[in-house]
Amino acid sequence: MLVLALDTATPTLVVGLARWSPEQGIEVFAERAVASGNRHAELLTPAVREVLTESGLAMRELDAVVVGLGPGPFTGLRVGVVTAAALGDARGLPVHGVCSLDAIGSGARSVVTDARRKEVHWATYDEAGARVAGPGVDRPEDAPVTDPVVGDARFAERLGRAVTAAEVTTAGLLRAAAPSFGRPPAPLEPLYLRRPDAVPSVTRKPVSQ
Amino acid sequence: MSQPLVLGFETSCDETGIGLVRGQTLLSDALATSMAEHERFGGVVPEIASRAHLEAMVPTVHRALADAGVSIDDVDAVAVTAGPGLTGALLVGVAAAKAYALALDVPLYGVNHLAAHVAVDELEHGRLAEPSIAMLVSGGHSSLLLVPDLAQDVQELGRTIDDAAGEAFDKVARVLGLPFPGGPPIDRSAAEGDPRAIAFPRGLTGQRDAPYDFSFSGLKTAVARWVEARERAGEPVPVADVSASFQEAVVDVLTAKAVRACRDHGVDHLVIGGGVAANSRLRALAQERCDAAGIVLRVPSRRLCTDNGAMVAALGSRLVEAGVTASRIDLGADSSLPIEVVSR
Ligand SMILES: [Zn+2]
Repeated sequence: MLVLALDTATPTLVVGLARWSPEQGIEVFAERAVASGNRHAELLTPAVREVLTESGLAMRELDAVVVGLGPGPFTGLRVGVVTAAALGDARGLPVHGVCSLDAIGSGARSVVTDARRKEVHWATYDEAGARVAGPGVDRPEDAPVTDPVVGDARFAERLGRAVTAAEVTTAGLLRAAAPSFGRPPAPLEPLYLRRPDAVPSVTRKPVSQ
Repeated sequence: MSQPLVLGFETSCDETGIGLVRGQTLLSDALATSMAEHERFGGVVPEIASRAHLEAMVPTVHRALADAGVSIDDVDAVAVTAGPGLTGALLVGVAAAKAYALALDVPLYGVNHLAAHVAVDELEHGRLAEPSIAMLVSGGHSSLLLVPDLAQDVQELGRTIDDAAGEAFDKVARVLGLPFPGGPPIDRSAAEGDPRAIAFPRGLTGQRDAPYDFSFSGLKTAVARWVEARERAGEPVPVADVSASFQEAVVDVLTAKAVRACRDHGVDHLVIGGGVAANSRLRALAQERCDAAGIVLRVPSRRLCTDNGAMVAALGSRLVEAGVTASRIDLGADSSLPIEVVSR
C-alpha cells in the first residue's frame, strides 16, 4: 500500500511517501526533512506537494496516512495532526497516529527530544524496538533514560550521557504504524503530556450570542 | 454554470466555524465552541481553544457538508481566516484549510477576519453598497472601516486604543457578578434598568479627540469605582441600572462615531458586525440614528454577527468572483493581520 507519512513534533518537519507491504517492508520514494522551526504551518503542505510530485503520485492514489502524534511543542504538533486528519478526510483515507519518538532511531535505545522549558520528551525501547517506558516529559537530569541515547544531541551534557543525533524519519513512522495497518485507526489524539497553561488571553470574546 | 461552492474555516478565537456558501447563498454554518471551558477563567485560554479546534475540525466539516447536502468533492474553493486572532488557534484552521485545498486540488484564500465580518451581511441582505462604512465590534475588535471595495480595498478609519467593546462588557459583567461572556447578561439586565440612572463617561468624544477611535478602558474603570463605592458604603448595587447606564455609554459612543464617519465621508450605508452587534440596544439606537441621518443600516442576524465559518466562505466567494489571486501554498497565520490586507 502507498502511504503518506508526516510529523511535526520536532523543529524538523518530516514528510515522506512510501510503499509498504508485509513481505517487502518499507520502500521510501520521496522524503523531505525541513528545518522549519516555528514555521510548520507554512511549510508542511508545500512539502507534502513536493513529495507527491517527486513520486509522480496524486493524493487519490494513496491508501493511508501516518502522522506523528508527538509528544512535541503543541502548536507545531497540532499543525501536523490536523493536516493529516484533513488530508485523510478529504480523500477518505485512514489516518494512523503513532508516537513520534517511536520513529526516531531503531532497536534498543532511549530517545530524547526538546520539550522546551528546559525539559525533554523521552522514551525507552527494547531490542525488538518496542517501547518499554515513556513517553514522558522531565528535566533531563530526571529522565530515566538508558544507553544508547539518540535524538536531540544538545541535551547530552545535562543528561550526562552521549546522545547520537537522530530525527524522525519516514521509515520510522511507517515501522511504528505498520502493526495498525488494515485495522480501523484509533482517534487522533496528540500526546500533549502537559496540561494547558490556564492563562486567559485578553478576553477576545463575542459579547452577545 | 452554477456559482462556485466555497468552504470556509474560522478558528481565530474559541469558535470552530465551518461554513458553505454558493455565490451569495448560505448553505450551511456549522459551529463548535469551547466557550464553556473558558468560563471559569473569565477569558479565552488560547491553549484550550487550540486543542478544542483540533478535536472539532473534521466533525464540524462533516456537519457543514451534511447540513448543506453536498459532498466534499463538490467544493470549488477553500477560504480560511488567516488573521487577526490567536496565533495557535488560527494555525489549526489554516493548516486544515490548506490540507483540504491540496487534497481537493482547489484554490485556497487566506482572508482577513474583520473583512469577513462585513462580507457575511451579503448572505442576508445582498450585495453591499460600495462604498459603505462598517463598524465591527466584538470581544476582540472595535473598528470603523471605510469599504470602497470589499474584495480588495478596505481602509481603517479608527479603532479602539485600549479595550475592545466586548471586553468592557466582560469586565463590567464580572464587577456585577454576572456570567462570562458579559454581553448577553448585561443586555438582559439592562432591559430592567434606567439608562440615565448613572452618568458614565463617554470615551474619546471631546472636540480634539480622534473622531473615529474608541476607548472603553476609562468607562470600565468608572463602573468598577462606582460599584466599589456603593459596596463600601454598605448600599445595595442596582445591577440593572448600572448595566443599562454602562451599556448606554458604550452604545452611544459607537453609534455616534459610526454615523459621523458616514457623514464625514459622504457615505449613506452602514454595516455593523461582530458579536457586540447582537446587543439589542446597539441595534435599536443605531437604527434610530441612521433613520434620522438618512443612512441605510444593515446588521446581520444575531447568529451571523458572532464568529462563524459562513462569513469566511462569504468573503472567499466574493474573492473568487472578483478574480482575486489565490493564496500561496506557504500561507501562514498573522495574529495582527492589518485590515488593509483583505486576503493574502
Ligand atoms: Zn470576530
